Amino acid sequence: MRLVAEGLSATRGEDLIFRDIAFEIAGGEALVVKGPNGSGKSTLLRVLAGLLPARSGSAKLLAAPHAAERLSEAAHYLGHRNAMKRELTVEENLSFWKTFLGDMAGGAGVPVEEAVEAVGLGGIAHLPFGYLSAGQQRRMAMAKLLVAWRPVWILDEPTAALDAAAEDMFAGLVTAHLARGGIAIAATHQPLGLEGVQELRMTGFAGVAEEVW
Amino acid sequence: MSEPSLAIRNFSDLANPTRFLALVAVLWPWLAGLTLCLFAAGLYLSFTTEGDYQQGETVRIMYVHVPAAWLSMMCYTVMALSALGTLVWRHPLADVSAKAAAPIGAGFTFLALVTGSLWGKPMWGTWWVWDARLTSVFVLFLMYLGLIALNRAMDDPARAAKVSAVLILVGFVNIPIIKFSVEWWNTLHQPASVVRMGGPTIDPEFLHPLLIMAVAFTLLFFTLHILAMRNEILRRRIAVLRRHAARAAGRKKGAA
Amino acid sequence: MIALLARDLKLSVRAGGGALIGVLFFMTVVAVIPFGVGPDLNLLSRIGPAILWIGALLASLLGLDRLFQAEREDGSLDLLLMQETPLVLTVFVKCVAHWIATGLPLVIASPLLGLFMNMDEVAIGATALTLLAGTPAITFIGAAGAGIAVALPRGGLLVSILVLPLAIPVLIFGVSAVYAAIEDPAPFLPPFLILIALNLFFAVIGPLAAAAALRLSSD
Repeated sequence: MRLVAEGLSATRGEDLIFRDIAFEIAGGEALVVKGPNGSGKSTLLRVLAGLLPARSGSAKLLAAPHAAERLSEAAHYLGHRNAMKRELTVEENLSFWKTFLGDMAGGAGVPVEEAVEAVGLGGIAHLPFGYLSAGQQRRMAMAKLLVAWRPVWILDEPTAALDAAAEDMFAGLVTAHLARGGIAIAATHQPLGLEGVQELRMTGFAGVAEEVW
Repeated sequence: MSEPSLAIRNFSDLANPTRFLALVAVLWPWLAGLTLCLFAAGLYLSFTTEGDYQQGETVRIMYVHVPAAWLSMMCYTVMALSALGTLVWRHPLADVSAKAAAPIGAGFTFLALVTGSLWGKPMWGTWWVWDARLTSVFVLFLMYLGLIALNRAMDDPARAAKVSAVLILVGFVNIPIIKFSVEWWNTLHQPASVVRMGGPTIDPEFLHPLLIMAVAFTLLFFTLHILAMRNEILRRRIAVLRRHAARAAGRKKGAA
Repeated sequence: MIALLARDLKLSVRAGGGALIGVLFFMTVVAVIPFGVGPDLNLLSRIGPAILWIGALLASLLGLDRLFQAEREDGSLDLLLMQETPLVLTVFVKCVAHWIATGLPLVIASPLLGLFMNMDEVAIGATALTLLAGTPAITFIGAAGAGIAVALPRGGLLVSILVLPLAIPVLIFGVSAVYAAIEDPAPFLPPFLILIALNLFFAVIGPLAAAAALRLSSD
């Protein structure tokens, strides 16, 4: 399985955020996207997740066990927001996403209880999500990555609100995912504690797309 | 440390939820029993007294309708007092009391409306008229529902209580105004001949069961109210315990 | 999809859910009308069906703006957009859940308000039936407005302004079906069948438009 991106460029409004981004990641490898604020890390990840249209270029998943038409279908996206409902319990949230997302071919999600154990918060899954602290909420959002199998993880600042122990825990999760042949793409300032990762350095603002006016 | 006494010496001791719960545990079986006895007596009298020569058997609806209507107003008064307690004395139990009373008040108001409607069909030939008194009771019902909705819309009970208290008090001053304006509006449009809210001139024959039923309804209200308050206190304790559980889980794993 | 339906229904009855508010708004709007037009029972029973319909229309617009905005605020919308399941289907299911939580209670409450309006049994039955057939159409076409306004601040007001004109046909045929049922010469079935047809039509184009708008406004 390989994730190949070629000649990607994207705009926000009329500003060209980046252009000609190309990379290739094989199964079991990770890509860390680095760069200062505003350099287009989040934009790149949202383009990869299919949430923003690319101005040019493409990103495809090749030789995957399950031929996905779009990369987004084979990917988990962990954005700045947790995509969990405050009013529902953690268990209800996670089992909803487990059923709704379903598993891709080539892997299986773990049961909800195991996922909650894996992020180190076993025993409080019966609480409403809104009762948890910000860090706990973030860790529960990570448990969402485990309950349904997706070969590609797209992670936008995954550990921003977390303490050192939780960062280690998360590095463990990503390592385990890579060991299962998965792919991870993360935008982050913190070192994720992963070994042998590719790095992509974003420089930011690449000019005005075209002079329309 | 000495065991805190559960005896209630003065009114402010009621503010302690634990003492309040102990008091409720002692009090509620007695209240409930007394309510049942009075209801039994009241219903017996209601059904054995003679019917009105004009209204026939339907007059018996009065024994439920009138107490329910009284209670709908008394309940709002209790809520207004509780709202004062919340805003002025910051009584911890006052907001619980106001919150617990709202659904009960809505229930009594609904009962008054339904029985009134059932009574109105044979008497006036219609289920509902936009008469001054009916309309103002209906407005009261809407206020209760609005208060319940407001309480449900906020997840922080303390904040919800303060905001509802303001609304309750605004409503308390406003309801007489609504009532007068509605009466004025009504006399402007409707001939007074259709509706005769005075009903039959009260004869001791009707008065005794009515009074007993009124006392029974009042006791029923207090029984339901203290039980609802107990439930609300327990609900809040559970919420606190759950929050503690969430914090404790974080600390335990953090240390490990 | 069943999971999504169940989740949305659960959310609507949990604390802060809007299931109760719509009915309450409906009751309040209808209760206010007699203060405006006066307590003349004959007049009220004549305009009752129309008032119930307008009240139901306004009440079903009330919660529509939260349909996608709530999902967008907590990031769930991103995940819904990414999936293999067609977005149209997701939107359709969300509309169904929204209708069960807010539209169905209006239908159930309408006979009670019919009594307040001094309507007779036939009129009450016809109003409830036409509301049952017509309110889903309002929800479906409203979803298109909600999808368009999802990224806007104060989208709530805008949704109402956008959707009200689109819902006019539903109102026309709903009310005319009720009057056809009360007044003898006009047949009840033709306007009622047109109402159902509108419902099916909106059930297709509403989610399609909403899905397209959601894709375009994602940023």
